Amino acid sequence: MSGRSILKRIDWISVVIYLALVTIGWSNIYSSTFTESQTSLFNFGTLHGKQFFFICVSIVAIVIVMALEVNFYERFSSIFYLISMLSLLGLFVFGKTIAGATSWYSLGFMNFQPSELAKIATALALAKYLSDIQTDIKRRKDQLYALLIIIIPTLLIIPQPDPGSALVFFALIFVIFREGLPLFYLGIGFTLIMVFVTTLMFGTIWITIALALLIILMYALKRKSFKIPMIPVSLISLAIILFSLSVNFVFNNVFEQRHRDRFGLWLRLEKDPDKLEEIRKTIGYNTYQSEKAIESGGFFGKGFLEGTRTKGDFVPEQHTDYIFSTVGEEWGFIGTATVVLLFSFLLLRLISLAERQKNAFARMYGYGVISVLFIHYFINIGMVIGVLPTIGIPLPFFSYGGSGLLFFTILLFVFLKMDTNRLKENF
Amino acid sequence: MRKILLSSLIVLIGITFLTRLSYLQIFSFSPDQVLEDPAIKRIYDYPERGYIYDRNGELLVGNDPAYDVMVIPREVKPLDTLEFCALLDIDKEKFIKKLQRARVYSPRLPSVLVPQLSKQDYAKLQEKMRKYTGFYIQKRSLRYYDTPSAANVLGYISEVNEGDLAKNKYYVQGELKGRTGVERYYEDLLRGRKGVQYIQKDRFNRDIGPYKEGALDTLPEQGKQISVTLDKTLQEYGELLMNGKWGGIVAIEPATGEILSMISGPTYDPSLLVGRKRSKNYTKLYNDTIANPTWDRSIHAQQPPGSPFKTLNALIALQEGVMDVSTTVRCYNGFYVGRKKRGCHCGGGSRTMVDGIYKSCNAYFAETFRKIYEKYETTDEGMDVWEKHMKSFGLGNYLGYDLPFGQKGRIPNKEYYDKWYGDNRWSSSYIISNAIGQGEILATPVQLANMTAAIANKGYYYTPHILKKIEGKPINNPKFTEVKKTTINKEHFEPIIEGMTKVFTSPGGTARWLQIPGITTAGKTGTAENFTKIDGVRTQLTDHSVFIAFAPVENPKIAIAVYIENGYYGSRYAGHIASLMIEKYLNGDVTRKNLEKKMLDKTLEREYAKPYSGEEFKINEYVW
Repeated sequence: MSGRSILKRIDWISVVIYLALVTIGWSNIYSSTFTESQTSLFNFGTLHGKQFFFICVSIVAIVIVMALEVNFYERFSSIFYLISMLSLLGLFVFGKTIAGATSWYSLGFMNFQPSELAKIATALALAKYLSDIQTDIKRRKDQLYALLIIIIPTLLIIPQPDPGSALVFFALIFVIFREGLPLFYLGIGFTLIMVFVTTLMFGTIWITIALALLIILMYALKRKSFKIPMIPVSLISLAIILFSLSVNFVFNNVFEQRHRDRFGLWLRLEKDPDKLEEIRKTIGYNTYQSEKAIESGGFFGKGFLEGTRTKGDFVPEQHTDYIFSTVGEEWGFIGTATVVLLFSFLLLRLISLAERQKNAFARMYGYGVISVLFIHYFINIGMVIGVLPTIGIPLPFFSYGGSGLLFFTILLFVFLKMDTNRLKENF
Repeated sequence: MRKILLSSLIVLIGITFLTRLSYLQIFSFSPDQVLEDPAIKRIYDYPERGYIYDRNGELLVGNDPAYDVMVIPREVKPLDTLEFCALLDIDKEKFIKKLQRARVYSPRLPSVLVPQLSKQDYAKLQEKMRKYTGFYIQKRSLRYYDTPSAANVLGYISEVNEGDLAKNKYYVQGELKGRTGVERYYEDLLRGRKGVQYIQKDRFNRDIGPYKEGALDTLPEQGKQISVTLDKTLQEYGELLMNGKWGGIVAIEPATGEILSMISGPTYDPSLLVGRKRSKNYTKLYNDTIANPTWDRSIHAQQPPGSPFKTLNALIALQEGVMDVSTTVRCYNGFYVGRKKRGCHCGGGSRTMVDGIYKSCNAYFAETFRKIYEKYETTDEGMDVWEKHMKSFGLGNYLGYDLPFGQKGRIPNKEYYDKWYGDNRWSSSYIISNAIGQGEILATPVQLANMTAAIANKGYYYTPHILKKIEGKPINNPKFTEVKKTTINKEHFEPIIEGMTKVFTSPGGTARWLQIPGITTAGKTGTAENFTKIDGVRTQLTDHSVFIAFAPVENPKIAIAVYIENGYYGSRYAGHIASLMIEKYLNGDVTRKNLEKKMLDKTLEREYAKPYSGEEFKINEYVW
């Protein structure tokens, strides 16, 4: 296989969107870490200089990923998985603690986060298991094994503690759904989330009333030929009410105050203006500042390096998790809409790439990549613009962080490499 | 379904995000956000607070520059602490403590190190300041008082508190605001408007130039110079006479309603509440809950007015036609209410209305009061008519003057007595004390002065007010320039004024020794009984000395009410002070030096100490 043919067959749409995101991301890191005294663009001593260095490293990584045999990833996926799980375990002994979480290995010149590696390895391992001809996802036992592949890294990451990264692995359930896990499970999950949120917002009584109304409505609109299954309906209703009651209990007795605060902030449960003012200065500070920074950008933004709040360093972690607020302040609605659209297009494009794979492993891995990118994008931007509770995970290709950028790049380009071989059923 | 699940989720979330972003950036966005942007610093340019002059253009309140030594802890370089402390005139420990406190407050924001240096200290320090990096001198403006008097009327300014900040968006932390008196009521005029400059800060909180080239900046608007209606000389003279006495004096120009002086005793020097000693002095004044120097008695103290009130009852009787000037009443050294006798000091005999007034005959006015009520079929009706007449003199309600505080006083009405005695369980004999200004009637000194002005004008008054000019232009506020009519016809005032003149001129007049040479004066003495509770026991104290007067009778220039707590009978303290003040105001000087000296020297402190002595004490002692 010659290099020329790779250039011909690689999906340039994805590559261009990738490059656009990296470029926009870097220019915003530059803006949010810009100082008068350090104006040099590529000084390794500055944060934007370091990030530029890692962009170069990522490009080298892309070349290596593209050069490797495509079946290398499938063949060694189990070993990757094993290595990454071991590296997660090793954190308990050798890990370095940054900002309260023991999630890093110190390599001297940089810090390495094994959960990043585990995302790729888990996506590969899951694809490998599901594409095995002996696996039938309709079987309970196989469903359990597939879930186990996801749950093991989660269990290793939660105690670090890094709940944000652990959440990412759950997104891989989308892969299993795509391959045939009954949608029933999704329905249950969705219902539980809805009940959880509505309980906090309106209380159990209103949920009960809503359910009663729903049942009455069913009777009123029923056709003669259709008999309402009374027993299941009442059982489900009962289960929902019980769950709702338990939500109240867990929220008030099991959750810690900081968790309650985060949910309260997210669902806008606090109405008293004095307490709101207080919240804005304490637990809601990040969200409030980030929303205000985005809002102050208006439609056209304040311009590159002109963001007054960005310059004043008012949004904490602005170059990492809150980088999107810089986009909002300096580039306005035009900038934020562009980024949202770029991510949406990239994800949709990757879905269409995954769907065109002849090889089941490649398709499933593709879905793994999509799921991981999607959950990062969804939770990060959702948090920054204040529609989701605060969960600290980075925005792919955007947020400052060398190992993050490198692993997102590898994650994506391994799939793009597979895509260049899409016409072959077996690699 | 499975294939489009994730795609539709992505589209759905994309739409959600775009909706939220357009809500934030398009609908919530407003260009005024610069006002709350923490990256934009606002620098205020404070205009000088307006000066206050008296009615003759004499300065009362001005401004004095003061100098604060400021420090920015982060910028402080090692220094010769001993030398610097000597310059600042503070000791080393205190200096180090203050610097530490400033550092705790904020290392990069300025704090006050030594507040309010005098001009002399400033001159000494100024040339050497360059040596000390991190320190600088900030000029501020303090109130300067060109008079030791009128503290309560002028009021004081102090730093805004949380409540003010919440109520009025104009103020920011650390600014000053009028708290009482004229400073408070005319705060907006005196303050002016501060100018604002918007400065863009960089991430290190350094200024990097004007925000948007200064397009949003505003210039300061100067505070207005105002003149008040007070007469500085009269005010100061009155306060001297008030030495050691508690009470209130209000003098009004009847033709305009302008307040010539407004005195409350005890008072304090307004300069005490300025500068480095302000807070200590304020606490001392505020904690004196017995003498209460910060409580303006001239507008707050509601007391029974006593005999001056007889003039109003006489006027009502004439207006209602239940008596005429020649009606006589026989005084048996008192009068009977049912079987109970109430005393009178007029000497007894047959009294006409004019005699009744200048001899202050209680029996005469008890009869007057009874006749007013007997004209009507029910006491309720009589009460309503009586109340209407009384209230037309500005009694029993807020007068509407331009000072921030005050009291209503009290003219009792039928609802009041129904509540007290039960519906229709009372008659005029129950409330006969009102005839002589005792009973349930209460009035403040400013109300008494206003009532006197209405008598002087023969039936009308202007709402008393304190503001005369703004920036040299006379005020034109209809509230103060429109006449207020009483319900009494002009002709009925003649006999009353005649009686009041005889108070001074007639051999039997209650203030015959207080006549002012060369000036026809009309007045009325009052002696008000009063009680207090000592250890829960109702105890009578020495009577309050009350006096109202106006002069000259032909063309009244001044109407005055003097209320001296526990001063005994009306002509004793109150009468003396009223007489002296009128002479001072009209003649510019006082000829009766011995009278003046007596008032300047005599204090009532012994009287005021009595209820707190814990011992038995005598009241209304004859010797003084």
